[in-house]
Order: sequence, then C-alpha cells, then structure tokens
Amino acid sequence: MQQQYEAGRHPDLPPPLVERGAVKWVRDNFFSNATSIVLTAVAVYFLYKVVPPFVEWAFVDAVWDAHHRNECRAKGEGACWAVLRARIAQFTYGFYPAHLYWRVNTAFVLLFIALAPLLFEHVPGRRYLLWFSLAYPVLAFFLLWGGLGLEPVESAKFGGFLLTIVIGVTGIIGSLPLGILLALGRRSRLLIVHTISVAFIEFVRGVPLITLLFIASTLLNYFLPPGTYFDLLLRVLIMVTLFASAYLAEVIRGGLAGIPKGQFEAADSLGLGYWKSMRLVILPQALHISIPNIVNTFIGLYKDTTLVVIVGLADPLGISRATLADSKWQGLSTEIYIAIAVFFFVSCFAMSRYSLYLEKKLHTGH
Amino acid sequence: MTGETTVFPNPLRWALGLWRDQKHRGTIIQIMALVALLLFIGIIIRNTAINLQALGLEIGYDFLTEPANYDINQHLIDYNSLSSHLRATVVGIINTALVSVCGIILATVIGLFAGILRLSKNWLVSRIMYAYVEFGRNVPVLLQILLFHALIIHTLPHPRASLSPMDGVFLSNRGFYVPQPVLEPAAWAILAALVIAVAAAWWFAGHAKRVQENTGRHYPVFTINLALIIGLPLLAFFLAGRPIGLDFPQLKGFNYQGGMVLRPEFTALWFALSFYAGAYIAELVRAGILAISRGQTEAAYSLGLRPNWTMRLVILPQAMRVMVPPLISQYLGLIKDSSLAIVIGYMDIVATIGGISLNQTGRALECMSITLFIYLGISLGVSTVMNWYNRRVALVGS
Repeated sequence: MQQQYEAGRHPDLPPPLVERGAVKWVRDNFFSNATSIVLTAVAVYFLYKVVPPFVEWAFVDAVWDAHHRNECRAKGEGACWAVLRARIAQFTYGFYPAHLYWRVNTAFVLLFIALAPLLFEHVPGRRYLLWFSLAYPVLAFFLLWGGLGLEPVESAKFGGFLLTIVIGVTGIIGSLPLGILLALGRRSRLLIVHTISVAFIEFVRGVPLITLLFIASTLLNYFLPPGTYFDLLLRVLIMVTLFASAYLAEVIRGGLAGIPKGQFEAADSLGLGYWKSMRLVILPQALHISIPNIVNTFIGLYKDTTLVVIVGLADPLGISRATLADSKWQGLSTEIYIAIAVFFFVSCFAMSRYSLYLEKKLHTGH
Repeated sequence: MTGETTVFPNPLRWALGLWRDQKHRGTIIQIMALVALLLFIGIIIRNTAINLQALGLEIGYDFLTEPANYDINQHLIDYNSLSSHLRATVVGIINTALVSVCGIILATVIGLFAGILRLSKNWLVSRIMYAYVEFGRNVPVLLQILLFHALIIHTLPHPRASLSPMDGVFLSNRGFYVPQPVLEPAAWAILAALVIAVAAAWWFAGHAKRVQENTGRHYPVFTINLALIIGLPLLAFFLAGRPIGLDFPQLKGFNYQGGMVLRPEFTALWFALSFYAGAYIAELVRAGILAISRGQTEAAYSLGLRPNWTMRLVILPQAMRVMVPPLISQYLGLIKDSSLAIVIGYMDIVATIGGISLNQTGRALECMSITLFIYLGISLGVSTVMNWYNRRVALVGS
C-alpha cells in the first residue's frame, strides 16, 4: 500500500534513472536532439579516421633509435623521431659551444626566478626579488654573450630555442618602455608629439614583420654611418623591439583609456606634474589592467620569432632547414615541424592560460 | 612666474620660467621633438647618400621597366621572364590579393562554423573545436604553412598515381587539378542576368523594408533574393544554350595538361592562413554571441518574435557590432601574414619585388620602399573601411 505523508512532509526522491548520472550526461551531451546526434556521428567518424592512424604513425610504428633516415625506414613505417634525438643539442642551443651550455641553462633557470615576482603577487621575498628582476637583463647578457671574465660567444653561434627565447624576451623587455612612451605620446595634446607617435605606430602596424626584417638585413647598413657594423642578430633584435613596441603601445593605450577621468583629475588636484602623475597614479593602474593583453602581445611576438629564419638566423626552423639539407635526414620535414609545433604549443598554451588566469583575477566587477 | 622673470632679467631664470610654465613647456617639448626628428631624418639621409655614393649607386626607379629575367610559376596575367620588373610586381600584387581573398573567405567560413560549434551543447563537438582553436592559435603561422606544405608534398601521391575523388579532379603532390570552365561568346547573357538579379534583389530588399515599416507586413526577403540571384543566371545559362563548357585535365607524360591547377604552394598557403585565422575568428564569433545578454533574447520573445527572427533582427545586428572591428583586424592580419609565402616559394609581393627583383638589381632601397608602400596602402584602405563601419554602427549618444 502507498504510504501517506502530510502535506510538505514527503522526503525528496532521487530523480528517475535516465535523468541522472552518466546516462543523463551522455544523453544531454551527445543525443539531446537530431542535430546533436548527427554531430556526434560526424565527430566520432572524424576521430576514428584521424586519431588511430596518427597514433600508429607517431607512437606505435615510430622509430626512436637510428643513425640515418634509411635505417629509420628499414626499422618501421612510422615517424622517424631519431632525427630529433640526433639533433636535440642543435635544436636547443644552436651552435653554442658545448662546454658552455651550463651558462645558457643557468640563464634559463634565472629567467624564471626573475619572472616569478613579476607574474605572481604572493612570492616570498617579492620585494628583494624585484631588484633581481631588474638586474636580470644585464646578468643574462653577460652569461650568454660572455665578458667580465667569461669566455665570449659570438651572436652567430646562437640558435635553436635559445634564439627564440632570446629574441622574444629581449623584444618584450625592450619594447615595454618604448611602448609606454608611444602610448603616452599618442594620447598627448602636443600636436607634433602626437603626430610622430601615431605615424610610427600606424606605419609599423601597417606592414608585415617580414618586411621590417628585410629592412634589418638589407637596408639598415645604408642608414648607419659608413664603417659601423652591427651583427645580424642585433639588427633583428632592434627591429623586433620596434615592431613589438608599436603593438604594445596600442595595448597600453587601451589600458590608459580604461582609467577613469577622476584619477587624472585627482592627480592634478594633488598638484602632481605630468610625469609624476603618470608615474605614481595613472601608469601603475593602466599597466596593471593591461597585463593580460601584454602577455597576449608577448605570445604573438614569441610566435613571430620564427620569421627570423627568413633572414637567415638559425632559430628552430633554421636548424630544421640545415637538418633537412643533410642527406642523412632528408625528407623528414613532417616529423621535425610537428616536434617544433609541439614545443610552441606547450609554451604558448601555458602563457595563454596564465593570461586567462590574470583576466579572471582582474575581473572583480560583476 | 612670468613676474619673476621681469624682476630678475637673468637669461637662465627666464628660460627656467618658460620651462615651468605649462603652456610654454609644451611648445618647448614640441620644438625639441621636431628638431630631434628632423636631425634623425637628416642623419639617415646623409648616411644613405654617403653609403650609396661609396657603392656608386643612385636612387632611381628606372629599373622597373627593365626585363625581370625570372619566371613566376603562377601568373593570372600574361607574364614571362622578358616582362619588366613592374609587371612582376603587378603579378605579385595579384597573387597576394588572390591568396588573401581566398583565405579571408575560407577563414570566415571555418571560423563561423568552429565558433558556433564551439558553443554547441554537444560535448564531443565542442571539445574538438576547442582543440582546433587552441592548436590554431598557439602554433606559429609560419610553422603551419610549412606543415601544410610538407603534408601536401610528402603525403600526396605522384601525378601518375593521383587521387581522384571526383570526375576530372586529381590530387597529387604537383598540385590539385580541377576542370576549368571555358566561356563561350554567349556567356555574357549569364553575367547580364546576374547583374539584373543583384539589382532586383537590392530593390526588393528596400521595397520590403518600406512595406514592413508602413504596414507591418513581412516578406521572406532572404529566401526570395537568394532564389533570384541563383535562379536568374541559371535560367540564362539554359536559355543561352549552356555557353559554359568544362576543360578536363588530362594526364600527359609526367603531369596533367589542361584544366585548372591549384599549385601546392598556393594550396598550402591558402589552407594554412585560413586554418590559422579561422581559429581566431572562431573565438571572435563565440565572444560576439556570448556578449549579447540573455535579456535581449527574452525581450524579443516577449515581443512575439520567432527564434530565427530573434537571431536575425535582434541578436545578429548587435553581435555584428561587437564582432566586425576585430574581424577586420583579423583579415588585415591574414593579408600581412600572406607575406610569409616566401618560405614555400609562392610568388607574392615580398617574393617578387621585395625578393628576387631586389636581389637581381641590388636596388634594396627602391624595392623595399615599393613593398612597404603597397602594404601601407592596403592597411590604410582597410582601416578606412573599418572606421566608416564603426561610425555607422556606433551607438547613438556614446
């Protein structure tokens, strides 16, 4: 017989079987309506066609240990990852002298120590670490290029992912101050300063980076006093910095636009001059809210460092060109490009996650 | 402060007074900036002049009319190695335009689908799209171009063993061969029909809007216009006795003859640029749709609008306002990224005038200035269009 309850006393019953747990989840997510069923079918077919052959090629049939391409092909049908094992040092350090790798490694580890106080607010000893961050560029310069008693290394020896990181980090560090100045210049009421800033920003943003790199490799020598010579890496670094500064200027301009007018007026009414009000009141806030976009600009710059292969620097793509030209490893471009893509994916994905995390943290409104 | 300067007629004090006056300081900074800029430009011009003189070169654009002496494998206008550098530049511009327009269209289609599917309630599909978007955005576009090129070159078979998914379509590592439409003289009738159809559709859209505003009656404008634009040329095609034939590619020797070919360089560049920009556009589409608050949909429903009308009349116009400006910057980015064509040997602006012409003539200054000028022109043109659009859709009173 059915139990009787007073009104409002009925205990909560579990939902019906098809409305809970895994069954409901599967039904809602894969078979909620006709369109969804079709989409699921198409997606499953696509995965079936793509994933198993790729796994087979990349892992099951792959060869990790071989001395040249033909040995690879003899051992298995799949990817020949042996080429990466053979060339891993070049892909990482380029032609940097092997006995000095420790200097690159040290600089790389110190980079993270220098970045930590900038990226995260709750780092122990943040105040002292910030001084270290400030000194880091100088320290890294001497570690990588030598000097001060360390054995000097030419720029031409730099290559691989080392070069990617050197160009990316230098570009972003160099472009920050320039970008801030350009952003302030663009907002300035002084006509000439404003015009110069706008012209520079729009020019750089209007042309592809590759043309600027060509200017660095072919034209810069014409512009310099006769007899001066910069090595190619330095010229590329200058161009990349100028390029990034124009994009950064627009990001920072966006940050400045987000500062309420009251902040400017408050700084004025305290009697602060232009530079003081910018330095103490406006810029700290504007930079703070633009950090996610600065990180995004950096990701873009970091990806764009691959372009230096076109002017002949030995970044990972340059090394892969050299490797593919070697008769021992000819024709393995797919393997090499996939490996480089994985490297970029991992580092860029991590950075974009960090940028998202910051955006969430900054989004304190409703 | 100016009072002080009259009391102490000391030039240093006077200068300091000027500096401390906000108005004068502005002028001084401006003059200083101008002088610095002019000095900078002057030094560069002087250095360049000295350097050019030392090399025995003179600046001049006469070389543009000289024969280019190199071949371009893809040219939509007549070109051979005896043509001038100027013509090579035009071929380069056309190639850049071709891959950019094709890329923009394909990227928009990919981005639209991926963006909408990313919001799909189907877990599997939205995850796949998420993976695509993250891969597309986090791998350098140059690498994607090389990867697509390597895939086409290394995984597709030789022309003799090429894949043929359809009659007359052959996929091989020498290119994608498809039948080429051949226009017979009567084909102008189709073109005329298309022009008439577009004009009629334009008029009908305006008419339908007036009717709706006056009487509230609504015509299915989109369906009727689509039928008009497709139907009328189709009708003309049959009435004029099918004046468009197809030229099928034929295997002769080691390669195909006839038909139309999409070269591996073009295909790789086209797919890679679309794949890369599509990932960004997908995120824009997603953000644009999510930006429209739920209240707008509910308000439209409560007015009695049906779901598809709600989408078309209420949601999309608002989403477009959010989406279009970043979308156009994406298009501009795609045009600029097409300059990476040079790594796989697609002959665009940078590869022709900024590459081979530059290397052959040694006229770096002239060639680079032309290249920069073309790209700046494109960027300025696109941003003018964007500003015009932004003004048109700007909220009144904001």
